[in-house]
Amino acid sequence: MAARLKPGQGPLDYGSRLWLKILFAVVLLFLYAPIASLIAFSFNVDKTGVWHGFTFQNYIKAWHNDAIFNALSNSLAIAFCSTIFSTILGAMTALALWRFKFPFKTPFEGFLALPIVVPEICMGVALALFYSKTGMMTAVRDWIWPLNLINIIIAHIAFSFPFVAVVVRSRLVGFNRQLEEASKDLGASEWQTFTNVIVPFLMPSLIAGGLLAFTLSLDDFVITFFSSGPNSVTFPVKIYSMVKTTITPQINAASTVLIVITLLATFIAMKIQAPVKTEKS
Amino acid sequence: MDYWKDFRKVFFTLMTLGSFWMLLFFVVPMGFLFVLSFSSKAIVNGETSILDYNYFSTIANYVDAAGSSYLVLLGRAVLWSAIATIVCLLLAYPLAFAVCFSAPKWRPILLLLLILPFWINLLIRTYALIQVLRTNGFLNQALGFFHLPQTDILFGTSAVIMGLVYVYLPFMVLPLYSTIEKLDKSYLEASLDLGASQPRTFWSITLPLTMPGVITGIILVFIPCLGSFLTSDLLGGPNNWMIGNAIQNQFGEANNWPFGAALSFILMYATFFVLFVRAMLTRRSKGVDA
Amino acid sequence: MTDPIVSIRNVSKRFSGGVMAVDNVSIDIAQNEFFALLGPSGCGKTTLLRMISGLDSPTQGQIMIGGEDMALTPPNLRPTNMVFQSYAVFPHMTVMDNVSYGLRVTGVAADEAKRRTIEALEMVKLEHLAERKPDQMSGGQRQRVALARALVKRPKVLLLDEPLSALDAKLRDGMRLELTRLQETVGITFIIVTHDQDEALSMATRIAVMDKGAVQQIATPAELYEQPRTRFVADFIGKVNLIDAAVLGQNGKTANCVAAGLGKIEVGTDKTCGDKATIAIRPEKLKLSTAEPKGASLIKTKATIRDVAYYGDTSHVVADIADGQHLDINVQNNSRVGGSGFDRGQKLWVSFDPQDALLLTE
Repeated sequence: MAARLKPGQGPLDYGSRLWLKILFAVVLLFLYAPIASLIAFSFNVDKTGVWHGFTFQNYIKAWHNDAIFNALSNSLAIAFCSTIFSTILGAMTALALWRFKFPFKTPFEGFLALPIVVPEICMGVALALFYSKTGMMTAVRDWIWPLNLINIIIAHIAFSFPFVAVVVRSRLVGFNRQLEEASKDLGASEWQTFTNVIVPFLMPSLIAGGLLAFTLSLDDFVITFFSSGPNSVTFPVKIYSMVKTTITPQINAASTVLIVITLLATFIAMKIQAPVKTEKS
Repeated sequence: MDYWKDFRKVFFTLMTLGSFWMLLFFVVPMGFLFVLSFSSKAIVNGETSILDYNYFSTIANYVDAAGSSYLVLLGRAVLWSAIATIVCLLLAYPLAFAVCFSAPKWRPILLLLLILPFWINLLIRTYALIQVLRTNGFLNQALGFFHLPQTDILFGTSAVIMGLVYVYLPFMVLPLYSTIEKLDKSYLEASLDLGASQPRTFWSITLPLTMPGVITGIILVFIPCLGSFLTSDLLGGPNNWMIGNAIQNQFGEANNWPFGAALSFILMYATFFVLFVRAMLTRRSKGVDA
Repeated sequence: MTDPIVSIRNVSKRFSGGVMAVDNVSIDIAQNEFFALLGPSGCGKTTLLRMISGLDSPTQGQIMIGGEDMALTPPNLRPTNMVFQSYAVFPHMTVMDNVSYGLRVTGVAADEAKRRTIEALEMVKLEHLAERKPDQMSGGQRQRVALARALVKRPKVLLLDEPLSALDAKLRDGMRLELTRLQETVGITFIIVTHDQDEALSMATRIAVMDKGAVQQIATPAELYEQPRTRFVADFIGKVNLIDAAVLGQNGKTANCVAAGLGKIEVGTDKTCGDKATIAIRPEKLKLSTAEPKGASLIKTKATIRDVAYYGDTSHVVADIADGQHLDINVQNNSRVGGSGFDRGQKLWVSFDPQDALLLTE
């Protein structure tokens, strides 16, 4: 602890402390070096992990590698379907919790949080058991794409929609119910009020919640791993099996594509949420 | 707020689908798992059946689970999760502090940098870490470049803990950031002004007032660490199993689902116990929230 | 002045954005003074106070406290204590623990700390609430805790940052009296930051008026009101009529000028003026009369009343004079009948003694 202040600096200007800056830099290196090298080596000519030159070959190969391509398109299809349903379900649940008083409301809220707190692996094996005992695991096997992924989609909706509900509900806190009353007073029906007043107000949180559901779905490995049948491999599951056997730069290439997609979704979500913050302040 | 009976139609329209989904695809599967954990494989025609079980027939699975080798896995999971959580806390607290006390225009960018990796797929991140840590990975290449001794930490305990920290650090940063940001800086100034040194101010004022964030961060990191199996599977290998790996194994290669179900419930009880402790702690420290 | 307890010498503070929050300020504050830093928000008064406490440090200059340069000494090693605007009473400690905090962390023996804590609580009349937590107390009570907590340390200087701004109007008046009483009892130098001129005028022995990071004038309350040195000070302290004037010539202690709406007049001054100046005159020093006032030395002009606002004890009159100018005039309502006795549109005379007017050059 310096016994003297630096000219112009207060004792609480921790942001300018050298050791904190160094720690920050080291942690950022720890967080980003692996990802950066993963991306860098997706452009590597060689597969041994030693840099031999720049190429797009891995991307082209990954695109033509049926296993990787299918896994990636499965992941995106699942994320897409799960996002739509989770957003609708989450928004409805949030609206109900925001608008109504009903018996056992607090336990119900705790119950909704269960998929968030229960270890993923437990939910995964429970769903695996459920699907195999009810025959759903085998029943969907030969359905046409993407319906053969329905089990995974169902699982993803189950763990995503409570998150969406949380996001939408926090937006609803700022809603002025007099707007709703004004709309009804002016002769709008419940449904007209909903589509003309409430939905536009909720739009930023619906998009943010939807993008959250999208990234949660793309991110999930554990539950997918257990609830997927042998023919419905998602991208993370594919990487898992390949990591266990062989590592190829094609995986780096496909990973890079997925990273770019998720980061784009995240940035869009943040851009959309940002004005909400300034509105409140 | 409206009472549900006054708007039955609206209420049921909004509630039914979500409740149905949770019931059918969460509660019922958990129920199946619960029943299975008290079941044994049926003997059909003198042979152990693959698909049939004698339901609610035994508590042997729990008795077996209490056997030393599995308790070791749970204990290991608790220990490693605790170490990873502490490392996360020690890293995240100063980082969150630095972000909160930096210039306002930098704050969102610095925070984003710390939590951005959270959005990247867990498997991709673990895979990236493997590429760094493996014998001829980037770490050793870098060490070789500087003529430093090589390390071989992949498939060891330290790799698992490093992986857990790597994966869950953002979960610690977020709650800490939001409590420290809400903390009124004049409390710290008052403490310094009254003669307390910086460390004293930290222990007497800053830490107690940010305790809710610390507890939330600990929970958010500890619980997923406890149930993780991917990190220990890929970075630790077969000698470094945690309880999650045992569950996966019973539902996979070992193919003893009832036993796996019992292990799952033990893991869930452990998780709920942690949440219970947190509830107790927050009740005790009520009113301390800054 | 005897040796000052706080001596601020050429202190500047530049924020990282390049803004000069405090610009080359020098102030000496004597032992036992009740000193006020007064100015509009953003004038640098709080930054200056924080630099005295050590919560900020100057980019340039010296801050001598008790004869020692402490510009870069951390706050915990300074003989100053602060009462924060938000009070900053620690929410996780009882009143007792809050007040004894500063003693405990500096190693004062437990029994002495306890004795002094109780003493301090008695001083602010809070001994019956010693075991309360801050969230069970009113704003006024929390402020007393903050006061006791700072005073218990027996600092050489007590710093108060807008201490009354968070209180409601009734409590504020009581607290003003109490602060002056406390200052007299404990005999500690008080430095108070405020944007409220009434607060500064009624409590402080001396006031530094600040604007845009610089000190405009340091003087006693009466001096500030009657002898403002600059336009800014005249305008900021109380109400004033500011009249632009062109200086024609100076003759010893009087200046001949042409003032807007008043014509050619003579005003006393002890400074040498350039060719432009401002005549300042307080509204209560102007007189209204229906007949032309007598007296050769009086400055007088014809006026038409634009507006009258009745305030009970006084009435505020706005009167139009020549050149499109207008004057604000305060009239005492000495009679029970007839209100102010003036009506809108009425034509009459405004006059004042040139000794009551002030020629401002800055």
